[in-house]
Amino acid sequence: MRPFEFTRAPSLKEAGSLTAASDSMAIAGGTNLLDLMKLQVETPSRLADLNRLGFAQIEDTDDGGLLLGALATNTETAVHPRVRRDYPVLARAILAGATQQLRNKATNGGNLCQRTRCFYFTNIDQPCNKREPGSGCGAIDGIAKLHAILGTSDQCIATYPGDMAVALSALDATVLVSGPGTDRSVPLREFHVLPGDTPWVENVLERGEIITGITLPPPVGGTQLYRKVRERSSYAFALVSIAAIVEIADGKFTRADLAFGGLAHKPWHDPHLADALVGQAPSRELFDTAADILLEDARGYGENDFKIPLARRTLHAVLQQAAEDAA
Amino acid sequence: MKVHFKQDEPDNANRLDGMKQDVLGKPVSRVEGLAKVTGTAPYAAEYPVANCAEGVLVTSTIARGDATHIDKDSVLSMPGVLAVIDDERLTTRAAQGTANEAPKQGPRQVCYWGQPIALVVAESFEQARDAAKHLGVEYREEGGAPLDPASAETEEQEDETVRQGDLAQAMRDAAHSVDVTYTTKGHASAAMEPHAAIAEWEGDRLTVHASLQMLNYNISELADALGVEEENIRLVSRFVGGGFGSKLGISEEVVAAALAARELGRPVRVVLSRQQVFQCIMRRSETTQRLRLAATSDGTLTGFGHEALVSNLPGEEFAEPVLQSSHFLYGGENRELMLMVARIHRMTAGSVRAPGEAAGMPALEAAMDVLAEKAGIDPVELRLRNIPEKNPEEGLPFSSHTLAQCLKQGADAFGWDSGPRRPRQRREGEWWIGTGMASAARVHNIAEARARVTLRPDGTALVETDMTDIGTGTYTILAQIAGEMLGLPPKTVMVDLGDTAHPRGPGSGGSWGAPSIGSAVYVACKAIREELAAKAGVAEDRLELKKGATSDGQEIGDLLGGKDLVREGHYEPGDIEDDYTASGFGAFFAEVRVNAYTGETRVDRMLGAFGFGRVLNAKTARSQCLGGITWSIGVALTEALEFDPRDGHLVNCDLAEYHVPVHRDVPDLEVAMVEERDGAASPIQAKGIGELGMCGGAAAIANAIYNACGARLFDYPMTPDRVLSVTAD
Ligand SMILES: Cc1cc2nc3c(=O)[nH]c(=O)nc-3n(C[C@H](O)[C@H](O)[C@H](O)COP(=O)(O)OP(=O)(O)OC[C@H]3O[C@@H](n4cnc5c(N)ncnc54)[C@H](O)[C@@H]3O)c2cc1C
Ligand code: SF4
Repeated sequence: MRPFEFTRAPSLKEAGSLTAASDSMAIAGGTNLLDLMKLQVETPSRLADLNRLGFAQIEDTDDGGLLLGALATNTETAVHPRVRRDYPVLARAILAGATQQLRNKATNGGNLCQRTRCFYFTNIDQPCNKREPGSGCGAIDGIAKLHAILGTSDQCIATYPGDMAVALSALDATVLVSGPGTDRSVPLREFHVLPGDTPWVENVLERGEIITGITLPPPVGGTQLYRKVRERSSYAFALVSIAAIVEIADGKFTRADLAFGGLAHKPWHDPHLADALVGQAPSRELFDTAADILLEDARGYGENDFKIPLARRTLHAVLQQAAEDAA
Repeated sequence: MKVHFKQDEPDNANRLDGMKQDVLGKPVSRVEGLAKVTGTAPYAAEYPVANCAEGVLVTSTIARGDATHIDKDSVLSMPGVLAVIDDERLTTRAAQGTANEAPKQGPRQVCYWGQPIALVVAESFEQARDAAKHLGVEYREEGGAPLDPASAETEEQEDETVRQGDLAQAMRDAAHSVDVTYTTKGHASAAMEPHAAIAEWEGDRLTVHASLQMLNYNISELADALGVEEENIRLVSRFVGGGFGSKLGISEEVVAAALAARELGRPVRVVLSRQQVFQCIMRRSETTQRLRLAATSDGTLTGFGHEALVSNLPGEEFAEPVLQSSHFLYGGENRELMLMVARIHRMTAGSVRAPGEAAGMPALEAAMDVLAEKAGIDPVELRLRNIPEKNPEEGLPFSSHTLAQCLKQGADAFGWDSGPRRPRQRREGEWWIGTGMASAARVHNIAEARARVTLRPDGTALVETDMTDIGTGTYTILAQIAGEMLGLPPKTVMVDLGDTAHPRGPGSGGSWGAPSIGSAVYVACKAIREELAAKAGVAEDRLELKKGATSDGQEIGDLLGGKDLVREGHYEPGDIEDDYTASGFGAFFAEVRVNAYTGETRVDRMLGAFGFGRVLNAKTARSQCLGGITWSIGVALTEALEFDPRDGHLVNCDLAEYHVPVHRDVPDLEVAMVEERDGAASPIQAKGIGELGMCGGAAAIANAIYNACGARLFDYPMTPDRVLSVTAD
């Protein structure tokens, strides 16, 4: 950890100006940032603490949706009665992540911005284009079991590791951002970005922009599932995860909003999947077709080749379960 | 007064059974438990020491070569930085258990990625850590260091080699034969408390608070490393937050703290980061193991082959003793056993939780399951048929043998179905469900030990030894043994451990702690009883002590005449070791579910039945078994050290990414203790417990995975990707 200056941001505006400089960062729960600072993966000279800004509310929106404050903790969010009743996929996804202790500290805003768990990213004595542009990618040809199979680049094959955002992607949530210029709303599905040639860029936030909240559209009901495949039954990141909101009427899918974790640099959402499923009756063949669409461009890097069949099989399991639950 | 006892004959008198206090074996809660859970039990790094400077180790970023230049100036001007220590006496790896001499020194020569090469000392920990990251180091890298055991040069461990009869012929003649190869990945000890030391000099006298398992050896290792007399060193390790083998020998922070404290003339604390604990202490070697089993049509073994390849750094003597129990667990007159060591540049391989059997038994017991299937024999029955009368290699009798009893009792308690076994018979929703079993075996270890017992006129007693309690319950059982012998409630027996100012114990490791130090306390107490008996005018074996008085009402205080009675017990294992094969035995039974879609395995329930001599405390003994079974879930399903194939660095070096089982992975565990008295094992008829609980359990899970879903896997841990690779859709 390098010496740093710590300021409690007294207002949103000042939080913005405090974090506008390239050596400044925002801190919320600190569960990700502090670990990375100890390892000197992150070396900010200034920290702006957001915790006094409010934004911890969870409240109804005018259109019947729900606003999740950026500073509300993961625990508060997962146990909120409306989240549990109307957005169970979100509650399940949050509870599938980390541990109770971590979730008690982790905030919704921080969760969206958590960094990858790539082993080479967190070891400053190893090459990593994300941490040190141009140094190379240690994971390619290295230990890459957790790494991405979709949307990778020659520069970086890391995954976005979180669970909550996968559910938010299936729910088509919106991220509320307050910036030095204006405030803006970004669809969650567009919030995280693929690595391309700039793997150090993980989301669309500009310097000085702060997440103030996340809005969920009005509840859609349906069967909501979150399936996380992992090496141990808790306290492990997803090998593959799927958030699913599914409805069946008259024996046919009328809704199939799916998002995937563990496969890419962002929660993966492919609109073609819903197109292929809606209007069709559940069957193994149909599930295979959906998997074919999902995995059409999938590419393994040796150690993580298994994710391709695993994603297919997990998709089968989820659609099968959804079909049974909905029936 | 010192009392020496060397055990040359089995002691079947079972004297402890005749004592009257009736506390031994009882489920007494750990006496230090409250202090630990309330945070008042100080661990090594927590001693308040005035004016203490903080040291952080700097570690190498190459696998082999030399650190040609250490640019001290690059950090000496940083805030708070006091010194950069690169003394030639710095140790560069942890000492092996019972080494008794310094491990490799000379930090300039690099033998593995992550090796300590210097220590940066500063006023605050944060300053030291920052400076450590900034220290400029130039290397001359010696490329091409062998990193992969499969392609490295190998050496045969000749004393492990057994060639008896003609195994190849036995395999050809066998009605049923199995020839299978297993792999296990490397393991980390993963103790909760990181390695830490505070060193403080007063003139030429050095005191070190450290987190160590075997002070008796550690003091010699430290003295040797520093080049000072043992008499001038005091090591203190009162509470140890888990060791699991990683604290058997002194590790790098101990010597570094001592050297820095000397150079700076003030106390220095060095605490390893979690990453450093993983990278520069000890790993269990990965293994490749070929098992050959030849059997007659009724499953009787005629041939037994077990060859293993393990690895270690060049020059390290330790070779994961994979074959340890294979030498005697089952019969088969044609035998071939061989242990090879590949020389590679990863951190030292050493003792990690049940070295040997923890890796060997999962392979052997999974191969036995393959044989049981081939021969169409119930796996429990197959094992019962192959229990040898005596050690099949050395011909020695067993000191005791509880395997058959454990198998039967365990099968009963578990509800084992001995009917025909076929995989993929039970399905609940997405899950295949199946059962499996395996034998457990762990050689019995015992060592020389000394303890001083003081009986006081106020009816209390004090036990003193430098023995450590690494969280297992040593404080408690020693109070129980002394209490039983002297007729005192354990509450009135103070136990003072973990200080080399006391008589030397054996340390904790290889599960030898309880039988060894327990015997020393027994010897001291017996001598005290003799003295009391003389004063009371009865023969010692008729002296009945209870609640501080003799059976005819004489108070201990009166017998002592107002004076302390002190005896130092010195227990020494005798020739008995050459007369018997002594081992703990047991059996594991597991029920697992395997997800048909995702290949995830969850253990639904698990039972272990164990025979390990006298139970000294039913609660701590059971807890040891629970811990062992939990580790075996780790071996089976989750634990694996991953090394980068290009530079050999350990990739997953924290507890988030090195997966030990979490609560949710550990189901209801049941323990059946098969009590016995093993007079050859120790004068208190006790054997080691802790490690036995993980020696074979992984195979019970592997066998259950096969029974559940038909995936016969040969590689541990059996992670979802591996299960899927052999599972049909
Ligand atoms: C051992 C371990 C296991 C874990 N397992 C899982 C898991 O299984 N699944 C999972 O989803 N997560 C997991 N996590 C991650 C955890 O969920 C995140 O660490 C947590 O959500 C981050 O929230 P925080 O408030 O602590 O963020 P911080 O650590 O405070 O910040 C993280 C990042 O977000 C930025 N930031 C924070 N708030 C804002 C804001 N309002 N606007 C803009 N930027 C902001 C910070 O600048 C920083 O870059 C795990 C973490 C650990 C340590
Ligand atoms: S995958 Fe991305 S994060 Fe990992 S080493 Fe490569 S560039 Fe860095």
